Amino acid sequence: MKHTLLAAGGHTGYYQAYSVLGLVAVLGVLFVAASFAANRLLRPDVPGAEKYTVYECGVDPVGEGWAHTQIRYYVYAFLYVIFAVDAIYLFPWATVFAAPGFGATTLVEMFVFIGFLAVGLLYAWRTGVLRWI
Amino acid sequence: MSATAVAAPAVHSLWTTAAAAPIHAPKIEYAQLSPILVVLGAAVAGILVEAFVPRRARYGTQLAVTLIGLAGAFAAVVGLAATGYATTKADLAAMGSIAVDGPSLFLQGTLILVTAVGVLAIAERGLEPQSREVPHVDAFAPQAAAVPGSEDEKAAARAGWSTTEVFPLTLFALSGMLVFPAAGDLLTLFIGLEILSLPLYLMCALARRRRLLSQESAVKYFLLGAFASAFFLFGTALLYGYAGTLDLGGIAKVVTGDAAPNAALNASAHGDALLLIGGAMIVMGLLFKVGAVPFHAWTPDVYQGAPTPITGFMAAATKVAAFGALLRLLYVALPEMRWDWRPVMWGVAILTMALGAIVAVTQTDVKRMLAYSSIAHAGFLLTGVIAGNKQGVSAVLFYLAAYSFVTLGAFAVVTLVRDAGGEATHLSRWDGLGRRSPLVAVTFALFLLAFAGIPLTSGFSGKFAVFSAAAKGGAVPLVVVGVLCSAVAAFFYVRVIVRMFFAEPRADGPSVAVPSALTGTAIAVGAAATLVLGVFPQWAFDLADKASVFIR
Repeated sequence: MKHTLLAAGGHTGYYQAYSVLGLVAVLGVLFVAASFAANRLLRPDVPGAEKYTVYECGVDPVGEGWAHTQIRYYVYAFLYVIFAVDAIYLFPWATVFAAPGFGATTLVEMFVFIGFLAVGLLYAWRTGVLRWI
Repeated sequence: MSATAVAAPAVHSLWTTAAAAPIHAPKIEYAQLSPILVVLGAAVAGILVEAFVPRRARYGTQLAVTLIGLAGAFAAVVGLAATGYATTKADLAAMGSIAVDGPSLFLQGTLILVTAVGVLAIAERGLEPQSREVPHVDAFAPQAAAVPGSEDEKAAARAGWSTTEVFPLTLFALSGMLVFPAAGDLLTLFIGLEILSLPLYLMCALARRRRLLSQESAVKYFLLGAFASAFFLFGTALLYGYAGTLDLGGIAKVVTGDAAPNAALNASAHGDALLLIGGAMIVMGLLFKVGAVPFHAWTPDVYQGAPTPITGFMAAATKVAAFGALLRLLYVALPEMRWDWRPVMWGVAILTMALGAIVAVTQTDVKRMLAYSSIAHAGFLLTGVIAGNKQGVSAVLFYLAAYSFVTLGAFAVVTLVRDAGGEATHLSRWDGLGRRSPLVAVTFALFLLAFAGIPLTSGFSGKFAVFSAAAKGGAVPLVVVGVLCSAVAAFFYVRVIVRMFFAEPRADGPSVAVPSALTGTAIAVGAAATLVLGVFPQWAFDLADKASVFIR
């Protein structure tokens, strides 16, 4: 029974299948607009200078909002992405490498590929970017 | 309910057919790919050297690894060419991704030699002012990650650190350049483009002096390069949509009607629009790398900002690789589209030659002037590409080999003329250089005359070859424009020579640093190639002629 909607869409036209998606989007916009409008109409309106200061967990803000910060995690993000992509490559390989016609060459080639990534990781480790300062 | 009954088996059969289809293991001809693999191997070895060899020994080890790798790769190219892969045994290796044929091997050999000479200039450590504590100073930032002008940077300079990563980066860029003109399908072409570009973006940002200018040039190059890559990829997608294949030969077959186009598009009949737009976008991506008008805007800024040895390497080698790829795309994938791309390329070539030559006249900085001159030369090369015959291919191959050595030599000379602030690149500082250091001035004059295309230099042989090929290919008006632009270009080259030899030297003029054997060899090789290819060009013409047949 759960296929009915999809299949019906296929019969009545390709774009009609997207009409549900469009309807959800329209409803979402309407919901947000209605709740903000209701909020505006119902709430008391008392402006004040303090309300325009930067919000910092309830305590008085220190310094400017525009400040330098040292980003440390990006190297880890890079390394994570590299190994995540590597894993995507490994999965299809794992399904076929034992099949006839593949064999030892395929196995060696994958380890050469992983070896290249390992060289990058070794370089990152030796140049000290993995140290959390 | 009946709808469910129809849909469910269809979904199911999709899964079963996918699982049942046999997947064949790819066949890789490692021997035919050996030039690329040797260079990549040397680059990986360079990364390991960077990680494990102590800082003091890194420079020597890196230089040795790089030069040995380049020698091995060149030997592999010569071996492949000698065993007939350039002519009779030419074929598509690695499941059609890499074409091992005459143009591939000729350009790969040229690229490896150009890189070897470029590496000599990159390895120079005797030109910057030195001290007892730091006896060797190269042209690159002591620590690229340190903020310009910061305490970290000063500490790194005092400690005598140097960015020896530039050697493996050069090799990685070279490996991409070796793939680029040899690519047999559009995806390999794109991968080659990215592998050659990414290291170059980094290398542009590494200047020791004027670091902000250098970093700015790298950001500009990166942003515009990313834009060009996006164009290229979009074009690839459209051409795949048209032809249903990424192979250059396969696309050509669909264009001629020998193979059926993508079945899904047969009915909709938008095929020709996809072919035209897709082809145009891919050519745009390549013209960007070549530096042709109107995709040239990055060239002067990047050439000026990048460290000069890198500029020399980039100007010479990128042009060789990108023109190789452009030739292969237009001659292998789209030869039957000639009547569509030729008028456009006519316009691009005329604009490129004219703008390069005319804007160069107003330049006051040597590196910017050479950048505009490289734009003009891209235009001259395009006339050879437009020729559309075998002679055009061999002329472009010869021109690329000749031009790249002149460029390397010219930029190597620019690194020698220095004052307190580093290289003195403003043209007014070069007044009277011929009286103070005649040898350097004469060498630079030789390179400028070669750029201008004066007989007995390689520039003349190259220009003669491309123009005669274009005339034979029916592009006589283009040749007339080319000759006129050469005359305009000759004006600003000769003006520099006049400044060097006939203007009064300035009291506070720059000094000419005495190069070590490395830069000395680079300049000598450049000058020798310029003279030999100018006086005895016939053997090189024969070689390029033998190598000018593409495998399909």
